[in-house]
Amino acid sequence: MQDNRGYIKGISGSVVTSTCFANTSIYEVVYVGSERLLGEVVRVRRDVADIQVYEDTTGLQIGDHTIFTGELLSMKLGPGLLGQVLDGIGRPLERLGKKSPYISRGTHIDAVDDSEKWYFIPRLQRGDDVGPGDILGEVEEKGIKHFIMAPLDFRGKNSTISWMAPKGEYVVDDVICKIGETTVKMFQRWNIRTPRKVGRKLDLDKPLLTGTRILDVFFPLALGGTAVIPGGFGTGKTVTQQSIARWANADIVIYIGCGERGNEMTEVLEEFPSLTDVRRGIPLMDRMILIANTSNMPVAAREASIYLGMTIAEYYRDMGYNVAIIADSISRWAEALREISGRLEEMPGEEGYPAYLASRLARYYERAGNVVPLGSPQRNGSISVINAISPPGGDFSEPVTQSGLRLSGCFWALDKGLATKRHFPSINWAQSYSLYHENLDRYFTREISEDWVPLREFVFNILHDGKSLQEMVQIVGRDGLTEEEKWILKLSELINIFYLQQNAFDPNDAYCDSGRQLVMLNTLKLLDEQIRGALNSGVLFEQIDSQFAFVADLMKLRSQNTEDYENSLTSYIKKLKEELSDLI
Amino acid sequence: MKLLKEGYKTVEKIAGPLLFVSKVARGGIGEIVKIESNFGEDYGQILQIVDDLCVIQVFGETMGLAPNNTVVWLERDVVKIPLGIALQGRILNGRAMPIDGEGPISCIEKWAPIQGNAINPWRRKSPHEFIETGISTIDLMNTLVKGQKLPIFTGSGLPADKLAAQIVKYARTPATSADSSPFMVVFAALGITQREASYFREAFRESGAIYRGVFFFNLAGDPSIERILTPRMALTVAEYFAFEKGYDVLVVLTDMLHYCEALREISSAREEIPGRRGFPSYMYSDLASIYERAGCISGIKGSITQIPIVTMPDDDLTHPVPDLTGYITEGQIVMDRELHGKGIYPPIDVLSSLSRLMNKGIGEGSTVPEHRALSDQLYAAYGRFKYLIRLKTIIGEEGLTPTEMSYLSFGEKFESEFVNQGERRRSLDETLEHAWNCLLTLPKDELHRLPVNLIDEVMLKRGTKA
Ligand SMILES: Nc1ncnc2c1ncn2[C@@H]1O[C@H](COP(=O)(O)OP(=O)(O)O)[C@@H](O)[C@H]1O
Ligand SMILES: [Mg+2]
Repeated sequence: MQDNRGYIKGISGSVVTSTCFANTSIYEVVYVGSERLLGEVVRVRRDVADIQVYEDTTGLQIGDHTIFTGELLSMKLGPGLLGQVLDGIGRPLERLGKKSPYISRGTHIDAVDDSEKWYFIPRLQRGDDVGPGDILGEVEEKGIKHFIMAPLDFRGKNSTISWMAPKGEYVVDDVICKIGETTVKMFQRWNIRTPRKVGRKLDLDKPLLTGTRILDVFFPLALGGTAVIPGGFGTGKTVTQQSIARWANADIVIYIGCGERGNEMTEVLEEFPSLTDVRRGIPLMDRMILIANTSNMPVAAREASIYLGMTIAEYYRDMGYNVAIIADSISRWAEALREISGRLEEMPGEEGYPAYLASRLARYYERAGNVVPLGSPQRNGSISVINAISPPGGDFSEPVTQSGLRLSGCFWALDKGLATKRHFPSINWAQSYSLYHENLDRYFTREISEDWVPLREFVFNILHDGKSLQEMVQIVGRDGLTEEEKWILKLSELINIFYLQQNAFDPNDAYCDSGRQLVMLNTLKLLDEQIRGALNSGVLFEQIDSQFAFVADLMKLRSQNTEDYENSLTSYIKKLKEELSDLI
Repeated sequence: MKLLKEGYKTVEKIAGPLLFVSKVARGGIGEIVKIESNFGEDYGQILQIVDDLCVIQVFGETMGLAPNNTVVWLERDVVKIPLGIALQGRILNGRAMPIDGEGPISCIEKWAPIQGNAINPWRRKSPHEFIETGISTIDLMNTLVKGQKLPIFTGSGLPADKLAAQIVKYARTPATSADSSPFMVVFAALGITQREASYFREAFRESGAIYRGVFFFNLAGDPSIERILTPRMALTVAEYFAFEKGYDVLVVLTDMLHYCEALREISSAREEIPGRRGFPSYMYSDLASIYERAGCISGIKGSITQIPIVTMPDDDLTHPVPDLTGYITEGQIVMDRELHGKGIYPPIDVLSSLSRLMNKGIGEGSTVPEHRALSDQLYAAYGRFKYLIRLKTIIGEEGLTPTEMSYLSFGEKFESEFVNQGERRRSLDETLEHAWNCLLTLPKDELHRLPVNLIDEVMLKRGTKA
């Protein structure tokens, strides 16, 4: 008789209750039923355990066997993950998809392919002393150096390399190094719910540039920072996140489709391989790992998906890369948590979410950061977290949005009203904020221009003034406006159309680098100076407004490529000056 | 082989649509059971099991059932539906029993579980083929593509049925010939009234869809719990025709509000913690298990396009049913009471409507190169019109500039001509013609979403001046 076998006593949705043992531990992996469905213990009482099952439970019967493995849910980490699409528990969907168009149950294969060969180049040699996280050697994975590191939990008595594989081709299961008596292979396993240890945390002083003007200029995210993007359906969460996945200056992007649409995953899979990373010229898919646990896939696996993604992110961070982890949406994760909690009949907190929602969320957000990973040589890696939030009814007062606000440094508030007007990205500039300005202003001033901060403030002030004037007009009409105020109203409208609006599907405008953002800001400033000059010389605003087609002119400028932009701008301003002086 | 029939007389409790049966040996989750009583036979499904106690949801009425007159037989199977080509043209009730007097379903090819499996995202193929619905506000501004799930959000008394029937009648892809109906329809009525049902029947007969489609009718007077089965049965049939027989299937589900109410009924009988407005907190995942069954699969012919109809109680878009639907579907077509009041048909509010897959189905090679730009321009102009209408009520017409006045004429023309097309089908060319008619009421400088040379070209062709 095997002492690790229990049997099913109860079934409710994705939660199965089974007999268990004195040594059954929380989060232990269990195989359930004759199909060996994968599950994880989420609660143990004296001799029964509640297990969340990562696959559809239909057909399970009372009395079916459960096998307790004594292990925690872990991910096999090694070369070969980049470019893949995994489900919420790390199964490779491409390989599963070749067998059937539908997700099948009870198949457990690792995403890291055992048969793929990698050319390993050692960096250390026999006799070298090593510690956790030290880089032993490297292989090339999709154009990046994939470092093979000493395991973080390595704790041998003898820490001297007794054998090192010569350079050559190996599979991930080959031993490539012996440290004392411990053998090291090209992969490591890591329990997905435990953060990987790091050396120390660093300040966040560099931006995660997105190429989206409103984000980079007004609400910038730092490398290693956290951002939330809440909004009702159709406000632009997915488009914004996909646009960041495309253009951001991250080395690696982990994109988690957490309880959202299947076709959105397909879109990424179809488009990204043929797009190029603007910085490195490699196919975009080569720097991505997609985790697709769509809304109709098992909810328990949805709960696990964000931890899986984070573990992979930390693994690449530990090699010294800047990783962006994008989850669409964290609300669906919270709902999975709520559903499981409901099945366990736990006491509900706010909106039915379990009382531990906030602390679980906090632990996830806190895995972001800019760090020095363990091991030598010393390196710097970061994880930036970008979470979409889908508040019911678009109402931000609900718990997932509120926790997100508390835990993140950037709040990119999507606005249904703007989306309805087709103002995209429909980020509300009055409501959004970034807490990274102070650190990043130094970066922008140093790396881009001293004018960056003053120009941003100029534009932001016009937007504010324009907004209050607009509110006034809607109450008392336009009669009381001064000439200057009329211009401010107009200019703030121009800023909206010319600067804030950015069509993610327009090949010429989808991506705007910092240099171009700067000249565009400058355009607005120069325009403002000219018009104010004319107004001060007594020209009436109506005269100006009826003579010039500012929107058309600015849009024409915006359609210029960056090389021609500055010349066109100079001649535009020159022409404007002449025409204005005719009016005076 | 099963020799013994497993029957239980141990009904402990009956609560709403639920039976609690004890002493069941090896109950299986999701299995169906036959329920025998003085009133005859019915079916149910095991929802939850705690030791030997099974919670069973009964698809029919529980009225009259009593613990001592009820026997529960385990069928040891999940809910399945018979599939075969001969389903075409059949009218079935909410649990797939024929009600058209044509006898039992013949030539059954196989029985399939109705639960369905999730499509592996890696095997999906993005929907991209333009469907011409003949409706201007959809074709030009909220384009439907083959394999999309695009619901109609409506309010009580608004003509969503008419619109859905019209789409079924007119929808075609450019590749198919103009007079044959290219789509096979699978229709599931969920708790709609006799009157609505006969409207659809008549409309389908008139359009000929009736001969090739498969129709499920669960009416308002039918057992509500049956509604949990009906959409899943309809989709299993749709999957069979689409992915095994290569058809392009158009699935109309109406009304998903009633489906969700059935879900709420069970949830409350189970004494689950209610979510917003009493709907269960797992309703998002449950709805996704229905809506996500739309799509296209790579390497397989056929497609499933879904048009669910969702009533917004009190015209409230943030009500949980339209809200969660909108979070799952690929856009929405929103009916508007104000336009309806003005006598405009179809009363589609383009500003709150959206087709998320539109970009894939339009432009060079599919429709016209300027499709996106035209649509964007119409949106921008109509949005401006809406703003100016409000402003006008405050500051009066005198306060508006001439350009702003031209927006007012644009908006009126847009609503009364472009949107208000009546029941006639409009070809895409006619739709484009109407769009230009409206846009050219604006000064040329205002049309900054359109390429300048295109405007010139169109004006030249029409002999209009700037
Ligand atoms: N930056 C953008 N540029 C152009 N269109 C956009 C942009 N953001 C959103 N959209 C439009 O809005 C629709 C909904 O956006 P999406 O990101 O899918 O919303 P959500 O994920 O919030 O439901 C898209 O299909 C697209 O038409
Ligand atoms: Mg989205």
